[in-house]
Amino acid sequence: MTSARDEVLGRVRAALRDVEGADEPVVAPPGAAAPAGTSLVEHFAERVADYRATVVQCPPDGLAAAVAAALPDGARVVVPVGLPDVVLAGIASPVVDDALSAADLDAIDAVVTCARVGIAETGTIVLDHAPDQGRRVISLVPDRHVCIVYADQVVADVPDAFPLLDPVRPLTWISGPSATSDIELDRVEGVHGPRHLHVIVVDESS
Amino acid sequence: MRVALMVTCVNDAMFPGTGQAVVRLLRRVGVDVDFPQAQTCCGQPMVNTGYLDEAVPAVRSFVRAFEGYDAVVTPSGSCAGSARHQHQLVAARSGDAGLAAAVAETSPKTYELTEFLVDVLGVTDVGAYFPHSVTYHPTCHSLRMLSVGDRPRQLLEKVRGLRLVDLPKAEECCGFGGTFALKNADTSVAMGTDKARHVRETGAEVLVAGDNSCLMHIGGVLNRGRSGVRVMHLAEILASTEERPA
Amino acid sequence: MTGTFVGMPTFPSAARTALADTQLRHNLAHATGVIRGKRAAVVGEVENWEDLRLAGAAVKDRALRSLDSRLVELEESLTARGAVVHWARDADEANRIVVEVARAHAVDEVVKVKSMVTQEIGLNEALEAEGIAAWETDLAELIVQLGGDLPSHILVPAIHRNRAEIREIFRRRMGEVGRPAPDDLTDEPAVLAGAAREHLREKFLRAKLAVSGANFAVADSGTLVVVESEGNGRMCLTLPDVLVSIVGIEKVVPTWAELDPLIRLLPRSSTGERMNPYTSTWTGITPGDGPQEVHVVLLDNGRTRALADETGRQALRCIRCSACLNVCPVYERTGGHAYGSVYPGPIGAILNPLLKGTGDPQTDSLPYASSLCGACFEACPVRIDIPEVLVHLRAKVVDGHRDDRVPKPEALAFRGAAWAFADPGRLGRAERLSSVAGRVLRRRGKASLGRLPGPGGAWTDARDLPVPPAESFRDWWKRTDGGERE
Repeated sequence: MTSARDEVLGRVRAALRDVEGADEPVVAPPGAAAPAGTSLVEHFAERVADYRATVVQCPPDGLAAAVAAALPDGARVVVPVGLPDVVLAGIASPVVDDALSAADLDAIDAVVTCARVGIAETGTIVLDHAPDQGRRVISLVPDRHVCIVYADQVVADVPDAFPLLDPVRPLTWISGPSATSDIELDRVEGVHGPRHLHVIVVDESS
Repeated sequence: MRVALMVTCVNDAMFPGTGQAVVRLLRRVGVDVDFPQAQTCCGQPMVNTGYLDEAVPAVRSFVRAFEGYDAVVTPSGSCAGSARHQHQLVAARSGDAGLAAAVAETSPKTYELTEFLVDVLGVTDVGAYFPHSVTYHPTCHSLRMLSVGDRPRQLLEKVRGLRLVDLPKAEECCGFGGTFALKNADTSVAMGTDKARHVRETGAEVLVAGDNSCLMHIGGVLNRGRSGVRVMHLAEILASTEERPA
Repeated sequence: MTGTFVGMPTFPSAARTALADTQLRHNLAHATGVIRGKRAAVVGEVENWEDLRLAGAAVKDRALRSLDSRLVELEESLTARGAVVHWARDADEANRIVVEVARAHAVDEVVKVKSMVTQEIGLNEALEAEGIAAWETDLAELIVQLGGDLPSHILVPAIHRNRAEIREIFRRRMGEVGRPAPDDLTDEPAVLAGAAREHLREKFLRAKLAVSGANFAVADSGTLVVVESEGNGRMCLTLPDVLVSIVGIEKVVPTWAELDPLIRLLPRSSTGERMNPYTSTWTGITPGDGPQEVHVVLLDNGRTRALADETGRQALRCIRCSACLNVCPVYERTGGHAYGSVYPGPIGAILNPLLKGTGDPQTDSLPYASSLCGACFEACPVRIDIPEVLVHLRAKVVDGHRDDRVPKPEALAFRGAAWAFADPGRLGRAERLSSVAGRVLRRRGKASLGRLPGPGGAWTDARDLPVPPAESFRDWWKRTDGGERE
């Protein structure tokens, strides 16, 4: 009685009898750079906004105010344990995530997190769920996600992001609010994930 | 340069005027074209229906007929594509190393008409005259198997008196597809009907293409609908002159 | 409650039915037209798109060429990160594994991420047979499931439905399986999506077990990847306690870095976006975050059969983007159901015979469901030469009948053609026969033929046929010495 594992591997080996393995990793072509005359951060902001997300740019000392402005009055806001104080300063009465249940989170209006990488070309934010970003679920269940990206976290394109990301950590790549085109290919923003994505780009020069 | 015409089985049996036009056209641009009688068919109908063994005799005839020529010219993107991309497959199936070697010699020197004119001879103005409005359908195999690109258009734009009208959704298949036209007649006709509608939308007097098999299909739909649009092979337009109008 | 592809007619007859459905034709033409335009725009933005396609194809090929060692490596990486790895030879074995996990946790429902592979193996039906409800959570899959329907597209399974039909399905069926649709439900896509959000939220929040597929499985890190738009995937991948992922063995990517070109190719080819809204990657178990029990089922189910086919194995590069469907003129007119499988369109026409083997009339009709126009190859982000594989599979179908005691009329016709094309003299005589017929018809003033009886009817029912010329080209050449004596 062969195990399924041995049988499948045996079939694979039989199928590949005529084939040489290839040992050299594939080197993919380079990604795109920001258009001439546009900074990476501007390019990133423009591409994120293209997904109908809200994008604001602020200097480091304007961060708390920008966070406060991104949150509706009286909103219940969940935050990860490691959210920096400078960000917390903009949130009236944050609920710190201590393994909140899904039902708890369902009663919460907004979430504020940091990010790991911003990708300009595709307008993508990648979270690696470090302490300043929190568990995957907190940036999913609340309807409004306020996400802080620092200018020096922005890279040009997808291939520039890969070396910065550790695949052992769970990663969430976010490009705009959740969306569907399942009805007549007509794009609708907001299905199960947050319907509002509010990105704050922190930039010395803004 | 010794140049042979591969007229194709469809043109030989159904559209001899296209072959005659190629002969006139090539002579006018200074090419003494020959027609080796040993040729039959490129084998594509068999290959594309799955009858590889049955394609072997046709490919044998092909390499026998065109051995020793510098170039083989054919007024069909589809048959040129077959010679360039399928003959190796048929030769491999035959298990005959001699046939494979012969194919390796004939395949690369087989050109679709517009490739031969533009790339080999380096001409786009062939001195043609055709005072009509024309819309051009790029056949799939010329477009995607051979990548003839805008060569047909370059040639048409130089034809005196000709008014070229853009065909909507030009690059979409007309639905002929060889035996597809019979095996999946309903889908084939649905595609052909849409193509014919786009042709009529242009208001052009003539539909031109580089493959008579596709034209037979689109023309068959246009005729059944009493559209009044003429279908013509590109070679016939390029061969047309004031003295001898098509 | 769900439809099934079992017992579907062959493509030509299924296509005939579909072609007669004008609403379907309209829905499809609109939807494929929209998505083609989007894809063309975002692909056109990428300067080195062709190089990217080559890289994507090379990455998948590299994984396939040493698939045995990659799978072993994937298993090791996953196990090291706390995942339980299972192997399944076929659909039944994979389904049994999922059922056992469900039983071990005593659940009577699972939530599902949109997954082609679970459709392929009939997982929902297998779970239902065990009294376990499988809730589809992707909007289109929900529409298909509530409608007791079958998916007809890889990316947009309900592409054949329009907004009015969807509104009706929601109003009629949502209340039977959970939260009903609101009374004032309109057919606005945003309103319909909102109703799906409300309906599914209670299911997400209480789910204990989720089932997913994976777009990619990275061998060197043990990372699985799910690419999605709505967030239902994220819900399923993070909220339940237990996650089972069914992964076809062809989903392997050798290294983390080599995921890059595929992540660049997929969204632009698929939804026509620079990037899809959400991509989740996870590697086994993350303590304190997401499911704390993770199973991965590595599935064969015909993939090794495809891998053994030297010409056909390239189909295993497929990343299920559906670009080939969206550009296919046949698919655009017949829709997906005519292909009789969860894998419709050009890729389905090759993948089904490769996975199942040829020999069944329905499967054998699929390689012929194409005019070989080549639009699919042009659009494929991993450069699968679909026309080449179609022609190759047609030969397999024909070869399967070479020993038939009574050959098909078509086989006899091609034998006749082979005989004629072997010798120009024979061909010339056949042409002269048709020229005689042509001369007779022309004398009667006929330039084209109308409806013919018999097999000719397949052509002439809707198309005229030109009358043969009075003289073949080769006879003209001989008679006039190549036009010198005209």
